Amino acid sequence: MSKEGVIYRISGPVVTATGMSAGMYDVVRVGNEGLMGEVIELHGEKAVIQVYEDTSGIRPGEPVINTGETLSVSLGPGLLTQIYDGIQRPLPTLEEVMGVFITRGVDADAFDLEKKWTFEAVVEKGAAVEGGQVIGHVQETETIVHKIMVPPTMSGVVKTIKSGDFNVTETVCTLEDGSEIQMMQKWPVRTPRPYRQKYAPDTPLITGMRILDFLFPLAKGGAAGIPGPFGSGKTVTQQSLAKYSDAQIVVYIGCGERGNEMTEVLDEFPHLIDPNTGKPLMNRTVMIANTSNMPVAAREASVYTGITIAEYFRDMGYDVALMADSTSRWAEAMREISSRLEEMPGEEGYPAYLSSRIAEFYERAGRVETKNGDDGSVTVIGAVSPPGGDISEPVSQGTLRIVKVFWGLDAGLARQRHFPAINWLNSYSLYPQSLNQWFRDNIAQDFPEIRTQISGLLQIEAELQEIVQLVGSDALPVDQQLTLEVARMIREFFLQQNGFHDVDAYCDINLQYSMSKAILSFQEAAKNAMAAGAQLNDVVNVPARTALMRGRFEKGYIDTIDDMVKSMVDEIAGTVEDN
Amino acid sequence: MTGKEYRTITDVKGPLVFLNKTEPVAFGEIVTIRLADGSLKNGQVLDTSDDLVIVQVFEGTAKIDRTAGVTFMGDVFKLPVSKDLVGRILDGAGRPRDGGPDIVAEENADIIGAAINPFSRQSPHDFIQTGISAIDCCTTLVRGQKLPIFSASGLPHNDIALQIARQAKLKGSDEQFIVVFCAMGITAEEYNFFRSDLERTGALENAALFVNLADDPAVERIITPRLALTAAEYLAFEHDYHVLVIYTDMTNYCDALRQIGAAREEVPGRRGYPGYMYTDLAMLYERAGIVKGKKGSITQFPILTMPGDDITHPIPDLSGYITEGQIVISRELHQQGIYPPINVLPSLSRLMGSCIGADTTREDHKSVSDQMYAAYAQGRELRGLVAIVGEDALNERDKQLLDFSGVFEDRFLRQSRDEDRSIDETLDLCWELMSSIDTKYLVRLDQKWIEKYHPDNKA
Ligand SMILES: Nc1ncnc2c1ncn2[C@@H]1O[C@H](COP(=O)(O)OP(=O)(O)OP(=O)(O)O)[C@@H](O)[C@H]1O
Ligand SMILES: [Mg+2]
Repeated sequence: MSKEGVIYRISGPVVTATGMSAGMYDVVRVGNEGLMGEVIELHGEKAVIQVYEDTSGIRPGEPVINTGETLSVSLGPGLLTQIYDGIQRPLPTLEEVMGVFITRGVDADAFDLEKKWTFEAVVEKGAAVEGGQVIGHVQETETIVHKIMVPPTMSGVVKTIKSGDFNVTETVCTLEDGSEIQMMQKWPVRTPRPYRQKYAPDTPLITGMRILDFLFPLAKGGAAGIPGPFGSGKTVTQQSLAKYSDAQIVVYIGCGERGNEMTEVLDEFPHLIDPNTGKPLMNRTVMIANTSNMPVAAREASVYTGITIAEYFRDMGYDVALMADSTSRWAEAMREISSRLEEMPGEEGYPAYLSSRIAEFYERAGRVETKNGDDGSVTVIGAVSPPGGDISEPVSQGTLRIVKVFWGLDAGLARQRHFPAINWLNSYSLYPQSLNQWFRDNIAQDFPEIRTQISGLLQIEAELQEIVQLVGSDALPVDQQLTLEVARMIREFFLQQNGFHDVDAYCDINLQYSMSKAILSFQEAAKNAMAAGAQLNDVVNVPARTALMRGRFEKGYIDTIDDMVKSMVDEIAGTVEDN
Repeated sequence: MTGKEYRTITDVKGPLVFLNKTEPVAFGEIVTIRLADGSLKNGQVLDTSDDLVIVQVFEGTAKIDRTAGVTFMGDVFKLPVSKDLVGRILDGAGRPRDGGPDIVAEENADIIGAAINPFSRQSPHDFIQTGISAIDCCTTLVRGQKLPIFSASGLPHNDIALQIARQAKLKGSDEQFIVVFCAMGITAEEYNFFRSDLERTGALENAALFVNLADDPAVERIITPRLALTAAEYLAFEHDYHVLVIYTDMTNYCDALRQIGAAREEVPGRRGYPGYMYTDLAMLYERAGIVKGKKGSITQFPILTMPGDDITHPIPDLSGYITEGQIVISRELHQQGIYPPINVLPSLSRLMGSCIGADTTREDHKSVSDQMYAAYAQGRELRGLVAIVGEDALNERDKQLLDFSGVFEDRFLRQSRDEDRSIDETLDLCWELMSSIDTKYLVRLDQKWIEKYHPDNKA
């Protein structure tokens, strides 16, 4: 058997070759045009290949060449601000070569191989270095220092190392055993990158979205699933996280979704300022766009490309957040390929290995001690698009079994234009226990207790609402009517957050706390006033309360909110005298 | 490689023909099949190997037997495109249906269509005024958007589509759309309705029609929309036209997909539709948009009828996951005699935010739209309550909202089939109707707009 074989069969994105020696996950070139593919199954003489480009017009008998490499990504300075397709071809380069439509048979380097970067060595000649150890720095963007690491499989004693301007393929360091280290390294996408050990997460990923940070927090290094029917807000939520969460690096994967949504990100991000650094958001972002009409095999690969890049930045000691919109499209790509392979289907036609693939993917999230001894994390947030919005289907279920945070989007809330349409009654986070200490130390001692009070009120509201449905709210005793008003305030003032509003879209965590306290102050003041004879209607309608609630749309709210709460409390007390 | 005729058919099943002992055949290659009586059928290669070739036959496999001759045409399916497509009526496989001459190709375009590089797209932002208040105010259409109509059998979706085709324009511009109309399995009566309306208004001269009717071959429907979109892309990106693609009925298209899947014995997804239907539909819907450096645009208006009025059925469901919103037609409103019976509550235009406001429609548009929506939603909900507790149990605010929901349907939604309301007229009408509600209940309206536009303050 040789490196070169011939095509035996073509069925959509799946091609079978004969006469070629091949191993699993080898990258091959298919047909006269040399389309990129990957070996995904071996059957005696035959190698089954998934092809990352359209296969129309290809014939049996055309050549297939095994490159001998496994599907890998290129890692090095130049990743940030870039937008790639599912197999890490930069879309701007494809545009230069092919024009606005993506044709096929074109290779493109993941980043500019000629560009010179200023490498600053941080170890010296004679130093013993291990795989994953940082040997130098490159200021990649205004905000991010790219740390050049010894490839994970290498170690030894530094023979030469030099600071200066280099391109990514030039050798910057040699080891005594003769190995050479360049700024660019490759890593196979289907293999997790190594680390020393995993830690339990103990720090929240602060997102600036009140319902998430306050009620259902996600830990740095954790994993969350966002299932929801079409139009319920998965993409808006994911994009908000990409914009405002306090990760240092963001990897955004548009997996089998709309082209225009990626364009939107590309248009917006360069102009948006990261609230955590004050610099353009693009500086910390890597995008992968394999839209719904691009080849499905490349869609399958896109999540691996993304998570490998995320792990690479984690290994530099960064907190990385990865958004995958939508993991259901990735699962469907697996289903499509599997059905072409005529594999025995599992539930709803998905391959039997669906849930283990989902689990393996989310397992690549985590907070770790890196090989360099630093603390780094990958947080994964996956959107799920269940058919008909019914989460009893395999992808949702496979996801929920593994993630610890569930942000359930609700068609009913979206229809009421309650955004984010996250259902507060069935969503959950299993992290609060491990994060409470952080919230106590960094935000307020009583933060967890306040959270409990707020979510308790929402629970009570749900119970009361059932009664209201039957008898109308006027039939309830006034104290329960007040509870309903407080809960309404929680929903409209606190949980609702307009993802497109300049000010409201991002809410500082300290402000979140102040707002939650403001609600409890209202409750307290109203209770007292009503005990002294005030009318619920008057209490609810004091102008200062309206002003307080509108205040969240104004800049500088964090400085004015306390005074606004005071005025509200005073006015509510005033309603007693009116009677 | 064209020319050689094979008589090696082994099996025929549903729309598929299986044959062997061929020279290497390309995936996606076009095929003609000659029957004993000399008649021809067309098809396309779905699977190819040294041992077996599977062909999907567009016209159905009736009368095909093992003696039929199969010729491979050496190329994938291409549509001859030229500016002359405008004003023409073609059948579902791209042949003239109007008695006119064949299209003289300026170019032969692959009908599968390459994906637009997401980096090369331009975000749609130009407001299209349809003259229909419910759409312009609440689910604003943007040039380059894909916005389907979710309807059901017996509802006037065709009238709405035609009214949009007639009235759609950019605000303050006479620039007309070229309409590419694609019929998939609709009845001759429906087709005649479209055709005569386009003819009557003179729009036919500015339209290209691709027509596969109910009694035309079902499998051909797989290619009809691809032909239409290929024509649209050519006109938009080579000749700078703004193209409005109307295709109807997507449900028939999906049923044809299901038929092929079943014949291939594929493992079906939900309700028997193929597992790859999402991707397949995306290959159509994503061919809408605007690209950098080109003047033209493609706006898509797919129509689909929801089986059993069920929005969670795979056809509307998968469509909704791909398109940029949806306009939902309501049987209930239709039965109340309201035209256009658009239920704004489940309807959505996701691109609306990018095209409304002071510079494009009017400064108060967002505020007005939010308030109209909220008040109507609350009013509708109250109808349910009133049915239980009676109207007397309502407080003043609820009474006003309840009444408003009726006025909303009767005066805001309802308009005649040739009534072309400008966006200013629409928004002024909103203010007039909202003034029946006490301003203190209109919490979504900005105070400054109330001062400027509320009828009480205008007088
Ligand atoms: N946080 C939010 N603030 C304001 N509007 C929102 C918010 N979330 C969602 N929306 C509204 O809902 C629409 C749909 O949201 P989005 O595109 O995120 O849905 P999706 O769940 O990703 O749908 P699909 O599965 O079809 O991609 C948006 O266009 C916007 O109008
Ligand atoms: Mg989305």
